[in-house]
Amino acid sequence: MNTTLRRLASVVMVMFLALMVSTTWIQFFHADELNSDTRNIRSIYAEYGRARGPIVVGGEAVALSKPVDDEFGYQREYTNGKLYSPLTGFFSLANGTTAIEHAENDYLNGQADALWVDRLQNLLTGSDPEGSSVELTIDPKAQKAAWDALGDQEGAVVALDPKTGAVLAMVSKPSFDPNDLASHSTKKAGQAYTDLLNDDDEPLVNRATSWNPPPGSTFKLVTTAAALESGDYTPDTVIDAPSSYTLTGTNTQVGNFAGTSCASSGKMTLADALRISCNTAFLGLGGELGADAMNEQAEKFGVGRRFEVPFSTAASQYDPDPDEMNTAQVELSGIGQGSVATTPLQVAMISAAIANGGEVMQPFSVDTVRDPQLEVVRETSPSSLGRAVSEKTAGQLTDMMKSVVESGSGTSAQIPGVTVAGKTGTAQHGDNSQPPHVWFTGFAPAEDPQVAVAVVVKNGGKLGGQATGGSVSAPIAKAVMEAVLNG
Amino acid sequence: MSVDVETPAGRTVEPTERRPARLAELFLLILALAAGISAFAMVGRSVTGELPGDFWAVSLLLVGIAAAAHVVLRLRAPWADQVILPAVVLLNGLGLAMILRLQLADTKGADAWSQMMYTALGAVIAILLVWFLRDHRWIRRLTYTAMLVGLGLVVLPLLPVIGREINGARIWVNIAGFSLQPAEFAKIAFAIFFAGYLVTNRDTLALAGKKVLGLQLPRIRDLGPIIIVWAASLAVLVFERDLGTSLLFFGLFVAMLYLATERFSWVLIGLVLFAAGALVAASVFPHVGARMDVWLHPFDNELYNAVGGSYQIVQGTFALAAGGLFGTGWGEGYPYLVPYAFSDFIYSSLGEELGLTGLLAILLTYLLIVQRGLRTAIAVRDGFGKLLAGGLAFVMALQLFVVVGGITRIIPLTGLTLPFMAQGGSSLLANWIVIALLLRVSDNARRPSALPMRGTVAQGGGMHDPIVVGAHDGTTPGGGVPVRRSAADAPSRGSTPSHPTEAFGGPLDPRRDDPRGTTGGEHL
Repeated sequence: MNTTLRRLASVVMVMFLALMVSTTWIQFFHADELNSDTRNIRSIYAEYGRARGPIVVGGEAVALSKPVDDEFGYQREYTNGKLYSPLTGFFSLANGTTAIEHAENDYLNGQADALWVDRLQNLLTGSDPEGSSVELTIDPKAQKAAWDALGDQEGAVVALDPKTGAVLAMVSKPSFDPNDLASHSTKKAGQAYTDLLNDDDEPLVNRATSWNPPPGSTFKLVTTAAALESGDYTPDTVIDAPSSYTLTGTNTQVGNFAGTSCASSGKMTLADALRISCNTAFLGLGGELGADAMNEQAEKFGVGRRFEVPFSTAASQYDPDPDEMNTAQVELSGIGQGSVATTPLQVAMISAAIANGGEVMQPFSVDTVRDPQLEVVRETSPSSLGRAVSEKTAGQLTDMMKSVVESGSGTSAQIPGVTVAGKTGTAQHGDNSQPPHVWFTGFAPAEDPQVAVAVVVKNGGKLGGQATGGSVSAPIAKAVMEAVLNG
Repeated sequence: MSVDVETPAGRTVEPTERRPARLAELFLLILALAAGISAFAMVGRSVTGELPGDFWAVSLLLVGIAAAAHVVLRLRAPWADQVILPAVVLLNGLGLAMILRLQLADTKGADAWSQMMYTALGAVIAILLVWFLRDHRWIRRLTYTAMLVGLGLVVLPLLPVIGREINGARIWVNIAGFSLQPAEFAKIAFAIFFAGYLVTNRDTLALAGKKVLGLQLPRIRDLGPIIIVWAASLAVLVFERDLGTSLLFFGLFVAMLYLATERFSWVLIGLVLFAAGALVAASVFPHVGARMDVWLHPFDNELYNAVGGSYQIVQGTFALAAGGLFGTGWGEGYPYLVPYAFSDFIYSSLGEELGLTGLLAILLTYLLIVQRGLRTAIAVRDGFGKLLAGGLAFVMALQLFVVVGGITRIIPLTGLTLPFMAQGGSSLLANWIVIALLLRVSDNARRPSALPMRGTVAQGGGMHDPIVVGAHDGTTPGGGVPVRRSAADAPSRGSTPSHPTEAFGGPLDPRRDDPRGTTGGEHL
């Protein structure tokens, strides 16, 4: 019987092997799918019963989990909810997760593959699993300065480190308090969410990354870049600057701001046209360059792309279909009107690229991820998205932007002792019955840029119809840049 | 010709060989106890933040049974396998820790105290069995008693009043408030019966019939027993609605039939018969078919929400998935979300908190016990012992396959439970008895062979005379009923292919095929 016993032993081996394979199949290969099954309430329990890692800004937690005595065990708290909610997003039993809470969930809850060593330690020691902390690139002073400077106005501020793409500030107003949504009472959290959704001010929208207003005159930077890159223009090239411009193929007359004429001669240099933001000059220039050149230049700056910062942003657009644009539309795009729509982040990236010698950097807001033992498990290294303009063009654009702040439309962004480069924008939108959205974008110091910024205030903010980018947005940008430079 | 148990074979050789000190077992026991006791501490610390109230009681219990069993083995079965007991203590300890953990989390039904009580009872019965049963061959005289007991146990749950249907399966009885799963005990009874029956009739059943497609089929007239067991198994499937129990008995029979006859055709016939029977049952009986649907499409929302549907298996799968590679750690998961997390689904509970790593370790521990059992079967010299140890080891493997295979959906879910780990008195008692029997057989198997010492020992009056024993070989007329049957087939015996065992134990082996199952004193 020994032969059959040995064979039976082999059969037993096969049976056990089958069990090991089926167990591995469920626990390893199939686990992700099963864990995300909506009927699996344990993933919710697990998620909310865990010491979730904090989100840290400038060494202090802006989102953290505190032990509480309820069925879950931990309550998520946001120390300065409204200030940081565009970045942190929320972590809600009833409403899910957004922004960093969503994008970095695997690290915050400690389940990321990279954290397996920690989980093994927990298994061996029997200690509670803890999430990793996510440290943001945000400069808390710049964030605060942007928040305060924007005041009660609706709008957004984005500040970037032009050399790396790190987000230094990201403010969106009106904002919301994620603490309301983090309540473990599904009823309370659900009601809070419904209220926010129904709010006409749309506080849940991150205006810095998910709002696409027309960029107005800030887009003249792209038009100018396309002109310089074409090789047919220099800053000193004299272009037409009539007091009024009739869009090709229409009877629509477009004038300059407040109906003034740009130059008595009807002609001026490209540099001067940008400095005083002469609409008629850029309408002509846009039409001259054409949709292809304009679109190509815009795309090089990042227009048309979504960015993972690490949460996903909206894509900006030059035109839904550049091949089908008529001349009038191309002319309007030269001054950032018509079909052009950009997020504040995108506009900040345009300034940042010019400041960075023409190279566009991938924007990011997570600096490092540390495990509970404070060991770095992930660190973001800056990465390039490619070159938007040549170094020479970038230098020429910088000089032109300096003169905008020195003696042009953006003088209120001047910082004593610091050379600021910038560009204003006053964008009409809709049927023109509403006051314009007012923009300012720029960077400082011009010779060694530390910060690039974009500010947009909806409907002219507190000045309404009287508002310009120079009067409303430039001072906000100035405050943010100062906060970074003095930090 | 009555059996003399006063001079068991074992005692006669003891003085001539040094007894093993069983240090390996001691060392492994310490490791197993450390794993178990640290688990008790960790579940308490995780769930309530302090040592569980039962910590000292449960730790002392585990240490106590390990120490008692170890000492008794030293005294009464010094040559017994040294790995089996530590493996069992480890599994029993981990099972207790999980039940304790579930009880601390106020899981309805989890009862660590009752499990501790049955652990103690099971261990005591096992120790007594090892102490008083000096030779496993004595059990052979219970062959037909075991058959009756086994059949009785299988029928018990079908009886009115005491029969209980839990979770759709009617495999429970309730007597005076105590729940019992008779199948757990029946498997031991059947292993004894099959071993006794087959060791006597193996030659008949091994006789060759027609050769079809290169397969040596048995003779039609010999199909009787397998048909009977097949019918009984299907009856269990249909009336008790439990594929697991049915598969357990039938698989045990087919495996032992194969062991005894060395004819693969029996296995094939068995598997085909069972598969066909199960398929017909699934199509004819709606409740069997419903279980098949749950098995095949558990994630179907309709089945998931149905009463008696796939909710439990799906939740168990979620638990396993939540555990992932390394598990949540003791007390950190949510195993109690699965119905019967402490009994039928303790595998998924362990998987959630110990992860794939832990489950593979547990499976390997079971595999160790089973393979040690099979090794014992290979090493032991008598046919009955080979079949008994082989059958008991295999039935444990099969039970594990049925339970874990049910939870991981290799086969439909059944009502059987994980030996030593799942909460349940029947399962604990029965499996401790299985271990006692395996240890007893392995002691005999590893005991220094009596044969070389025949001369010296015979004077002591405890050893067999080979010539006399030859006369008691199963082929000799004049024995009990089984012997007569063998006698009828005696002429054809020579045509039976030679067994490897014959070279080893051989027809001259004094104990092989002894119809009484014992040899002590028969030479007198």
